Amino acid sequence: MSQFPGTSGTPGAPGMPADPAVARRANRLMIAVLAVIAALLVVRAWVGTEVGSGADAQVVHGYGMVFVEQQGAGHVQVPAAEWAQAVAADPAQQRVMVSWPRTVGVWAAALLTLAVLSFLWRDNPVYKLAESVVVGVSAGYVMSTAVWSSLVNQVFGKLAPGLTKAYLSPGLTTTESDWWALVPLGLGMLLLCRLSARLSWVGMFPLAFVVGVFSGWRFVQYVESDLLAQVATMFDPLYVAGPTAAATVGGTLCAVLVLVGVLTVLAYFFFSLEHKGPVGGAARIGVWYLMITFGASFGFTVMGRIALLAARCEFLFDDWLWLIDPAGKH
Amino acid sequence: MATHAGHASIFARLDRIDRRWIFLAMFVAVAAPILWVGVTGKTFPEAPTPAVQGAFDAVESLPSGARVLVSMDFDPASAGELQPMATAIVRHCALRGHRICTMTLWPAGGPIIDGTMQDVLGDRPDYRYGEHWVNLGYRAGFEGVMKQMNSRVSLAYATDVRQTPLERIPMLEGITGIADFDLLVSISAGYAGAKEWVQYSVSPTLTGSKPLRFVAGSTGVQTPQLIPYYPNQMAGILGAIKGAAEYEYLVNEAVRKADPSAIVPAKFQEAQRRMAPQLFGHVLMVALIVLGNVVFFGLRNREARA
Repeated sequence: MSQFPGTSGTPGAPGMPADPAVARRANRLMIAVLAVIAALLVVRAWVGTEVGSGADAQVVHGYGMVFVEQQGAGHVQVPAAEWAQAVAADPAQQRVMVSWPRTVGVWAAALLTLAVLSFLWRDNPVYKLAESVVVGVSAGYVMSTAVWSSLVNQVFGKLAPGLTKAYLSPGLTTTESDWWALVPLGLGMLLLCRLSARLSWVGMFPLAFVVGVFSGWRFVQYVESDLLAQVATMFDPLYVAGPTAAATVGGTLCAVLVLVGVLTVLAYFFFSLEHKGPVGGAARIGVWYLMITFGASFGFTVMGRIALLAARCEFLFDDWLWLIDPAGKH
Repeated sequence: MATHAGHASIFARLDRIDRRWIFLAMFVAVAAPILWVGVTGKTFPEAPTPAVQGAFDAVESLPSGARVLVSMDFDPASAGELQPMATAIVRHCALRGHRICTMTLWPAGGPIIDGTMQDVLGDRPDYRYGEHWVNLGYRAGFEGVMKQMNSRVSLAYATDVRQTPLERIPMLEGITGIADFDLLVSISAGYAGAKEWVQYSVSPTLTGSKPLRFVAGSTGVQTPQLIPYYPNQMAGILGAIKGAAEYEYLVNEAVRKADPSAIVPAKFQEAQRRMAPQLFGHVLMVALIVLGNVVFFGLRNREARA
């Protein structure tokens, strides 16, 4: 395997083997492990997976199979056991069948998941491909959604409702033109002038409009929601009566801790006085509060990342490999 | 630090450990419990925290037929964390007979809404579109959409996703501004999401005659930013997958309490299933942090002695 210069997977990079010989051995070990896993999967696919029960049981060879049932004009995903039951009743039936497009979709999702995870081994072309696919698909989806949601319905639909309804958006309900839509359209067109070196100054006007509007909104809402409302919370009673004595003690303790935390953290960020004596003591307590806050944030972040990994693992084991069936999909 | 592996101390060896062993250990810590839960079907019991209980009570205390606006402000990248809570809240609303209005401020949120409603209401033919639930879909504009909805929902959404004008949708009869909803729920992965809903739509109503009740569900990364708003500016908060698991537990317990013979479908225990990998993943993280500190101080002492 070739190394990719400048990537985090090169020997000697932090957390990577410094000795190229060690790195080569690690690569060989990895390839061997992957080969064993691939061989096991091939054997399992050849043996097959039994779906259904009793006399209806059928063997499915392969992974990521998705079965659908025809309902009206469309198809609805059904458990593999339903397919087994339908085939047992009538081997020639076409009502419940394998959906090859959906099966390919599961395979694509599984391979892209593995491709992204391969970055943990080191940067590689497969990861780059997956990354590009994700970025490209996301950008394309967002752009097409924005065009239809904003440009077609909100601008064209208001300026030329008849034409828009006839050629672009049959469900449009607007019947009369709203010429005010020319204002955002004009501002948007001016914004495109930023692409030209000679006319880029024209693009400053819509940009100033956007920045001004958002600054105004945010200033007012931050003051109302994050300053005044939070200050008002500080005037809540420190004694918090609960349904039990323990709840009362707990609630009161929490209220006192919040008050102490606010005052000491403010003391830490108050630089007009030297952090000595009582102010210095309060600031040190404030630092502890900040550290605990950062720790809690880190803990929440870890939880979020593990949740995402768990979701992908469950997808691989359940939808793709059929090793488990927690949701009764098979 | 030792220069030769054969003579290196245990601390030096650990200091130079290939990081891929850490990745492998984390993968095993997460994957093994998933397989165990998948095979046995067992989940851990949950003890709901006050913030999650507050969210549950906010939905539970509404009279049947109340109108709940659910904004699913996330995309597939965060679905592993947020989808279970979206499913649990919508399911809870449906079990209580509330009327549900869905929307999203994220372009990729549309399919998320479709999937959630199909999962929850797919086997509920009594829940008719337009009468019991409606999907407004995606609208670009972030805070702009919120500001418009504060005064008139129809300013932001002239029609629902099926191009039906709002005034012809029975369940939205009498809804003018966002404060006319009985509860606002935002399940969000970032900007624009729960924080902006608090700032732009909830806080302005707090001093008015009808404060808008608000419940948030958020990713782990975003949760610490939202906690200061609880309980004065939001009735409850579902923090990350743990919050989702607690909420699921509360809803499932309510179902079992109403009908002891009821079997909770596995698709409504997704967050609870994810708690076993969380446990082992966190234990590993704590162990690695402790080990890292032991190695750090061990090496420092060694150098000081040398």
